[in-house]
Amino acid sequence: MSYSQTAWIIPLLPLVSFTLLLAFGRQMKEAGAWISTLLTGMSFVWAVLTLVARLGKPVSDYAWSYNWLQLEDTALSMGYELTNLNSWMMVVVTFVSLLVNLYSKGYMHGDERITVFYGYVSLFTFSMLGLVLSQNLLQLYVFWELVGVCSFLLVGFWFFKPEAKAAAKKAFIVTRIGDVGLFLAILILFWQMPGHALDFTSIHNAFTGNEITPGWTTLIAILIFIGAIGKSGQFPLHTWLPDAMEGPTPISALIHAATMVAAGVYLIVRTYDIFAASPDALLVVALVGAFTAVFAATIGMAQHDIKRILAYSTVSQLGYMMMALGLGSVSAGMFHLTTHAFFKALLFLGAGSVIHALHRQDIREMGGLASKMKITAVTFAIGALALSGIPPFSGFWSKDAILTVAYEENKLLFGIGLITAFFTAFYMARLYFLVFGGKRSGPTRNGHQEHVHESPPVMTLPLILLAVPAVLAGFLSTPWNGWFGEWLTGLPAEEHANLIVMVLSALAGIGGIILGYLMYEKGSVPADIVSRQVPWLARLTERKYYIDELYDRIIVAPLRGLGHVLQVLDDVVIGGIVRMSARAAVGLGRNGVKLQNGQVQTYGLVSLLGFVLFVILLVGRRYG
Amino acid sequence: MTGMLASYLILAAVLFCLGLYGALSKSNAVIVLLSVELMLNAVNLNLIAFAKYGVGPSLTGQIFSLFTMAVAAAEVAVGIAILIALYRRKGTVDVTEMDEMKH
Repeated sequence: MSYSQTAWIIPLLPLVSFTLLLAFGRQMKEAGAWISTLLTGMSFVWAVLTLVARLGKPVSDYAWSYNWLQLEDTALSMGYELTNLNSWMMVVVTFVSLLVNLYSKGYMHGDERITVFYGYVSLFTFSMLGLVLSQNLLQLYVFWELVGVCSFLLVGFWFFKPEAKAAAKKAFIVTRIGDVGLFLAILILFWQMPGHALDFTSIHNAFTGNEITPGWTTLIAILIFIGAIGKSGQFPLHTWLPDAMEGPTPISALIHAATMVAAGVYLIVRTYDIFAASPDALLVVALVGAFTAVFAATIGMAQHDIKRILAYSTVSQLGYMMMALGLGSVSAGMFHLTTHAFFKALLFLGAGSVIHALHRQDIREMGGLASKMKITAVTFAIGALALSGIPPFSGFWSKDAILTVAYEENKLLFGIGLITAFFTAFYMARLYFLVFGGKRSGPTRNGHQEHVHESPPVMTLPLILLAVPAVLAGFLSTPWNGWFGEWLTGLPAEEHANLIVMVLSALAGIGGIILGYLMYEKGSVPADIVSRQVPWLARLTERKYYIDELYDRIIVAPLRGLGHVLQVLDDVVIGGIVRMSARAAVGLGRNGVKLQNGQVQTYGLVSLLGFVLFVILLVGRRYG
Repeated sequence: MTGMLASYLILAAVLFCLGLYGALSKSNAVIVLLSVELMLNAVNLNLIAFAKYGVGPSLTGQIFSLFTMAVAAAEVAVGIAILIALYRRKGTVDVTEMDEMKH
């Protein structure tokens, strides 16, 4: 048996963990955390072994499926297919998930529902792995929804906080809007595909063989992209992602790095044949991605919540990935997805470490943590440098791959990408210097010096383990070595080392950091220069361009109004009819009771009336 | 001939209606009984009128009315006995207070 044939074990292990925790969770306290961590760890090891077995092999290897549903002469199948792409994804997912498991042991310590938490995390990991392994689009959709449910459960894990409840609902509903797009795409595909096949191999053959008309192709591609917009937090459905910060911080790391948002990018990569057949759809993907990238980056510069800044940075970086995919480079997109998974998980876990120590999230109340939390500060700095795209950290290489494609394909998008890179470096520098830098000896509360400790080893170890790939993952695919893209997509890699792009992107990153340093560490540029010079702009970005308010006005408020109208209609008309019929029956009964009063005279009178009525009818019928 | 029959029948109808009105509206039980007698007599009048002026005149109708009067006398005797029993029990002859049939 080769590893490819037993790849189904990888998602199965977290499922076992979930089942165990669900069944016996009440009896165990800390043991539940170890079960989940252990099984995820085994899953990770298996994924690595599978990946190693795949190295140097052709793109696709092994597929297995069985008929799940027989409809007349078409069959819907379930199964799994192992390709280089998903064996790679599985390693990323299980790695981040394993470290999140480990980290949560410290972060969630003492929480009463810790086994429930671990159960959800296991289910989340299982869903994502199932999604990655899926052999057809329908099965992928099932796991897709499962991922959505898990994010709902975990974002709303602290459901006693009203914000968490609202955020969970928002995450669920907003992503559902995108899911409708994906669902429609699947329906159209089912209808249009020869033999109603939905598996990826058939899709590949149909779209590379031009068996579907261009109009349908574009429609399907756009609908699939709408699904990805919802899941990956692209404009205009990005609003749920920053709000999802109400969940526990390790979950933010999981959602932002490996599971939820990566699903959208993965979906596009998996169905890339459809996009490749439609230049219009690709252009839409690229434009939406580029716009989201710069849009979210500007918001990120004005936020004050440490997790919210990182959330907007995720939205922005996902925009980067979408842009890469839209420009036709799957390998650059996947490469950035990988490096981003590492450094974003690192940043979130680092932020969690800070929150764990301070119990608050506003960066204006922090400062001087570098000397108190050395490991967190150093690893966070590595993550920030990687995200800012400073050579030789991983982010630089993946961002460079995207910018190189943009430079060759579309100069406008290249410019946007460069500006975004500058903004990214700037807000990361702002975040870092406000939290860790500063001459102040530490954060103060009510004028008193606060005592801050470094987090326990169970939390710092994942930081260190994540810092390693955050530094080194970039060397997977340097411009001079294209084996990664070649291995992933099966297409021959082109040598495109572009020195101009490299220098420009490095300069953008360094420039952003220097500006951030001058403003927030050195103080030689006043930090409130924007809010003083152009207050409306600062306000606009701080309020996130009023997107939430806009949605509230144009969607939520009218719907609520309609709801009120319908409620009044229900109360008055429908309820009125119901009440009236009830009242009629009661009245009839009451009068009937009055009739039976036991007096012969009344009975006689009634009989007489009946008789008269009878006579009138009889006579009327004869002479009428 | 038929004119005679009609006037008898009209008289009987008036009598019957008077009796009916009394039986349904009076509260004194004795008057109610009297009213019932009135209705019976209206019927008797009809029987006799048809016996004399009907399609096939015969004595049957007149004999029938004699029977009716006898039965009515017996019925009134029973009715008054019940009435006295009720009066002893409740101390009143007001029919509006006699609603035991409800139960």
